[in-house]
This record gives sequence, C-alpha cells and structure tokens, in this order.
Amino acid sequence: MSEYCAYTLRVNGRDREVSDGWLGESLLWVLRERLDLPGAKNACEQGECGSCSVLVDGSLVCACLVLAASAVGRDIVTVEGIAGAIDGSDAVLSDVQEAFLTEGAVQCGFCTPGLIMAVHDLLDRVPLPTDLEVREAISGNLCRCTGYGRIMEAVWTTVRLRQVGGQAR
Amino acid sequence: MTVAVPRSLDEAFAALAAEPDAHLLMGGTDLMVEVNYGHRRPTAVVSLDRVPELRGWERSADGRSVLVRSGLTYTEMEIGELAESFPALAQAARTVGGPQIRNAGTLGGNLGTASPAGDTLPVLAALDATVVLGAAGGAQRELPWDEFIVGVKRTAREPHEIILGARLPVRRGPQEFLKVGTRNAMVIAVASVALVVDLDAATVAVGLGSVGPAPLRAREAERWIAERLAFDPLGISSDGDPETLAEEFGRMVAGASRPIDDHRSSAVYRRHAVSVCARRALLRALSPQVVGT
Repeated sequence: MSEYCAYTLRVNGRDREVSDGWLGESLLWVLRERLDLPGAKNACEQGECGSCSVLVDGSLVCACLVLAASAVGRDIVTVEGIAGAIDGSDAVLSDVQEAFLTEGAVQCGFCTPGLIMAVHDLLDRVPLPTDLEVREAISGNLCRCTGYGRIMEAVWTTVRLRQVGGQAR
Repeated sequence: MTVAVPRSLDEAFAALAAEPDAHLLMGGTDLMVEVNYGHRRPTAVVSLDRVPELRGWERSADGRSVLVRSGLTYTEMEIGELAESFPALAQAARTVGGPQIRNAGTLGGNLGTASPAGDTLPVLAALDATVVLGAAGGAQRELPWDEFIVGVKRTAREPHEIILGARLPVRRGPQEFLKVGTRNAMVIAVASVALVVDLDAATVAVGLGSVGPAPLRAREAERWIAERLAFDPLGISSDGDPETLAEEFGRMVAGASRPIDDHRSSAVYRRHAVSVCARRALLRALSPQVVGT
C-alpha cells in the first residue's frame, strides 16, 4: 500500500489539497510545509509549548498533535485566518493582535501566534474572564521572553475594548 | 500507511478488521508525540474521534453508575453534572496539560495508553471502575480496572476490540485528587493520589498514580482510616486531632506505593510526595463541605 496519498483540508474557510504528503504527518507540518501557512510555530512537537495552537472545529488544540489526515472534513482556523489575511493579502489585525502590539506583549514573537489563538478562544467563550481564568487559559502557551505581564495586559485591554462596544473581530 | 476516519462504531470495527494491526487514535496527545519524534511509524491508524457512539456519558437507569464513553475529553470531564458526580475525576482532568491538551485528550486514550502517569487512572482505581470493551457485532466485555491495565502501557484489550468507555460507580461523599509534578501547568505526574469517600458504605478508597507500573490501591491505609472516621450523611469527621490522623494516614498510604527512580523523579521523593498528597487529601475531605446527592 502506498505511503503517500492526497487529501483535502478545509483551512481558514478554503479547501486546500495536500498532495505527496506522508499520511503520518502532523497538521502543524502540513500547514507549515505543504500549505504555506507558517503562522503556527513549530517548537516542541509534543504539546508542551502551545506555539502551534489552532482551532479545529472551534476547539483550541495543538496542531502538532493532530494527525492531519484525520482532520479531513474539519473546519481548521489558523492565526492567518484570525488576522483576516490569508495567503499574503493585506493584513487586517484582530483586536487581540492589536492589543498585543499596543501593550508590548510581543518580544521575540515566537509564542505570539499561539497566544493570539488561545486568547481569542478564551474571550470568544468567556467575554469577562477572571484573572485565574485568563492564567489558566494561557497556561498551555509558553513564553520565555515577556514574563507574561504584558500578555495579561493585552488580554485586559481587549476585554475593556470589547466591553465599551467594540465588536470582536 | 492508511488512515481511516470512521463515522460510526460499525465503520470503526470494519476499519479495524481491514487493518488488524492498526493503531487506534483518539485525541492524538500520546500517539502523535511518538510519531513526531520518530519513535513510532504506524502502518495503519483508525481515528475514533468522530465516532458518535464513543462521545459523551450516560447515567445508568438505577442511577448507581455512569458510563463515561472513551471519546470524552478532559475538558468535558471538568464541567457540569459529571464533574459534580465525580469531583476527583474533574480535578484530575484539570491537571492534564494545558487547555489545548484537555480539548484533545480523552478517557479512552488515557486507558488505551495505560501510562503509569495517566492522570485519570488513579481516580478510576479509587472508584472501582470497570472498563467496557467492544467488538464487532455488538459483543462486549467488562473488566475491572486492575484486570484491564496489566502493566506499564499494557492492557488486556485484544487487537479486534475498541475501548467503549469506563463504568464509574456513583459514590456519595467527598473526593479529592492531588498531583505533584515539576511545575503547576503542563506537567506529567511525578506522583498522584485520588481519594474517594463512600458515606453510604462507610469506606475510604485511595488510588495512587505514577508510583507503580499500574495504578495502585492503598488498601491497608483505607481500612485503617475508615475505622477511625465517623461517617454521617453530611460528611466525615474524626474524634482526635485531624492533623495527627492525616499524618499517619499519609505515611501508611506512602507505604503502599512502589515507586522507582527514573528521569522524572526519585523513588524517595515520590514516596514522600504520596504521603503529603494523601495527608492533604484527607484533611480536605474532613473540612466541612456540602455533599451532593
């Protein structure tokens, strides 16, 4: 039986064909190496760091632990989809991304896409989280630069802006 | 390599019949680590995460047990009526990885991998849970947890079988789960303790994780503490000083552990961690609380 075959994934609202892939590849590998979506970052490959966080059918997961071929038919959203800028079109940042910039929550930036996904996931489910809820929501995302203080501020800024009538983007 | 994504239990058994050596995949949090690191190169995978018959949980008609199906995620264990019925399971689920892992990882995966560090396993042990295995054509068998898990990452599942879920007896009374690792979030257990009080049977059950090849029970300590507690409909209490009682209880529970030195910790530390966790679990169970029915 052939080790290789083609399948189609639905990523950021578009059907994307994956060809010549080994069927054992992770979703993270497929996104980055086969679909030109390098937003999800590859660091630990064992679900420890959260830098590859994506939404699969609305559920926040580590793309490195998803067998890509098993995600056929699922709705996959990456940080490129959150930004509203897919495949190199002009970037329209989400409110969370804007807040990360204005609050200085980005240093080296490697963990940022994963954290953006985690914060969107939290605030779309829990618009007014407690401090503990925020900390728990980002506990699966490691940042070695910021010490998390500015990241927490970016979360609170987003919460405030959404509260004063800003529509979530 | 083949990847099957069955949409029903019948399809899953058919896929397994076609590839008898297939690796059964649920949330991927164990298998994909091995694949990513090149430790395993499966020739066939049957992905079970879209089999509706493996989703959710169900209370038995008499209300005395709950069948937790194998596709139930840790996130789902943390919430709602199930968490109220099995607080130790909810607490254990909350210690697993981060939200991303808890959204993916499942009870069935935890059972199928049967790692000594599997976080739900000491809870299942303390609850005297049984594991329900299914085969094609509707055949089922049900094994006590300690007959299902037979060694380090070894289970009694036959290649043609799929883990349908675990049956958890409902116990009225306090439950606790404590786990020690190298940090708070995203950690694999160095040692864990599940404590389940049954107010109606006037018993205490203690399950231990990461301190033996499979989950362990601390049966001598369980009997010892049950004789020294008063059980009433609202909770447990002790005549003497709770701290002294809990200290000795912790020491006895630690005596039931069979830890080893490995890359994660030492046997000495693990035994100590068990004694501390067991002491704290008992003190928490002794503190006044509202007990649900």
